[in-house]
Amino acid sequence: MSNFFSKAEVTSSGRPVLLHNEVECHLLSAVDLEPEDHRHFSLLKSGLLILTTHRLIWLLSSSASTPTSASAIPLAAISHIFSSKKSLKSVFHSPRIRFQVLVSSDGRVFDPSSGSGSSSGSGSRSVVVTAVIRGKGDCDGFLVKFWDSWRARVWETTKISSSGSGSASGSGVATGIGGGLYSSDGSVRMVGVAGILRKEQEMWESTDKSLQDAFQDLNALMSKAKEMVMLAEKMRQKLLSGTSSQTSGTNDEDMGSKEEMQDWLLSVGIISPVTKESAGALYHQQLSRQLADFVRIPLERAGGMINLIDAYCLFNRARGTELISPDDMLQACSLWEKFDVPVMLRKFDSGVMVIQNKSHSDEEVFARIKSLVTKPEALRTGISPTDAAMTLGIAPAMAKEHLLTAESKGLLCRDISPDGFRFYINLFPEIDPCNMYFVKDYGICSTWIKAVSTTGIGERSSTFR
Amino acid sequence: MQKLGDFKLPHFFNYPPYFTLQPVRETSEKQIQLWKELILDYCRIQKIFVIRLEEEFPLFSNSVVERTLSHEAREAFLSALVAEGRAEWLDKGRRNCLILWHRIQEWADIIVNFVKDNGFEDSVMTVEEIRSGIESRGTELQGIDRTILVRALKLLEHKGKLAIFKGTSTDDEGVKFSV
Repeated sequence: MSNFFSKAEVTSSGRPVLLHNEVECHLLSAVDLEPEDHRHFSLLKSGLLILTTHRLIWLLSSSASTPTSASAIPLAAISHIFSSKKSLKSVFHSPRIRFQVLVSSDGRVFDPSSGSGSSSGSGSRSVVVTAVIRGKGDCDGFLVKFWDSWRARVWETTKISSSGSGSASGSGVATGIGGGLYSSDGSVRMVGVAGILRKEQEMWESTDKSLQDAFQDLNALMSKAKEMVMLAEKMRQKLLSGTSSQTSGTNDEDMGSKEEMQDWLLSVGIISPVTKESAGALYHQQLSRQLADFVRIPLERAGGMINLIDAYCLFNRARGTELISPDDMLQACSLWEKFDVPVMLRKFDSGVMVIQNKSHSDEEVFARIKSLVTKPEALRTGISPTDAAMTLGIAPAMAKEHLLTAESKGLLCRDISPDGFRFYINLFPEIDPCNMYFVKDYGICSTWIKAVSTTGIGERSSTFR
Repeated sequence: MQKLGDFKLPHFFNYPPYFTLQPVRETSEKQIQLWKELILDYCRIQKIFVIRLEEEFPLFSNSVVERTLSHEAREAFLSALVAEGRAEWLDKGRRNCLILWHRIQEWADIIVNFVKDNGFEDSVMTVEEIRSGIESRGTELQGIDRTILVRALKLLEHKGKLAIFKGTSTDDEGVKFSV
């Protein structure tokens, strides 16, 4: 960046830092600043040109990086703005705005804020700067605003007010300013987008303040709550230490009150770590036993296996009030391992979780599946989960899990077709790749061939659908 | 016994699960083995040298049980053959597969025997004559796929059993035996 321009400060997100009372008026993108001759500064290419009440600011704009500094020309340094000549040539060119800038003796733009003399006669040198607008912005509108801002000379009002009473709102004397931007008490009138933004900002600040006030009360409440939590923690620690140092001589009363304490903590929503160490807090233990009792009848009705989700719904419905969460349900079921209850939780490979009787045996189910799938009809057409469900007396979803498990054990093979997902008895183990055409007399293959050849293959009995 | 043209089909060809790619490893290994053997047998008997996946291939469908191998299954079985060296993909997109129901070395041996049987030890023949000439009628060389024939000849050339040379036009590749 050359030394010609005044330096303009930029925020960390690349926005110019505005002076006190400075308001943005207009903005153009893809603007080049060309000097009349290159002695003063070199061409500034493709930047953002921002017009404010005080300055013309030029920012290098690229999507890749955030600008760290900007160049500015104080409006006070501008001695003349040329009117745009509409000629034949200008139709084909990018629009241009030309203006004359006063140059001080050190070759830099005259900067009135540096306090070097008055705005006139600080040096008779001036240079013509051309702003070439290559972007799509409203050039004529910008020019109008440029004239307005330049003539309004807001910087002079500011100077007067700041050197005056020194009040923050800057209510100074309006010296010969003709209408336009500024209301009679010298405050900046809300104009344009900048005005809207300013208004919003003020609204935010006042909201923020009222929120702060409101929160004073909440803070007080929270500090009390903190104390409560600390108290609960202390008690928990005590319980913990009590449990770990237990000897056989501990009396029942102590145990009782400790369990009560755990109960109470739980009901306030604090999960006691004692739950994990011992057989579980009283609450979960009770729940677990209750669940085991309850689930007995639905299990019978469902043929010995019930989906965990179904059990959860049934249980909560039965409870009516004081519903339990899915997490409670899972915990209660997991506790069954530690008790002597006739039910257990089981997770299939597919992720499906079921409650089943401990007396349930997979082998028994497989035996039943095998006998089902070797019946002549099933040999011809296979079985679907629905078929298995009917035979086994369980829900189709449960039946499918059993069939998949049987498949993984090599008992069954799957057949996927437009007719659906079916299972057949697995014939592959009996077939020898080195002797493909040979069929053993008494194997499953010969049974299958016999069954298949009695009727046409592919004809399905309608009852099986 | 069911037939596909002249080809006798094994009994499990009508077993519907045979046409569904099995997920359980032990089962699928057996299934793949059976398909590999079946494909090789069928291609040998029917003298098929190339299988194109995007075309109908009689072996891959069974109208009696109304089942067809999915594209995924076809690719799986052919890839297994390729892995064993009994087939080769002709293109990167795996749409066309060259089936080597005789390995190239086996074809080379057949050519050598053919030459000896017919007394061609020092003769010259064109490539085309080897596969469609009078002498090859009734032998395995009759109608052999040109790609495979040329590969086998190149293998023999490498061993010094013959020399391949270009004739006056591109169709006219010739072979001088020195078996």
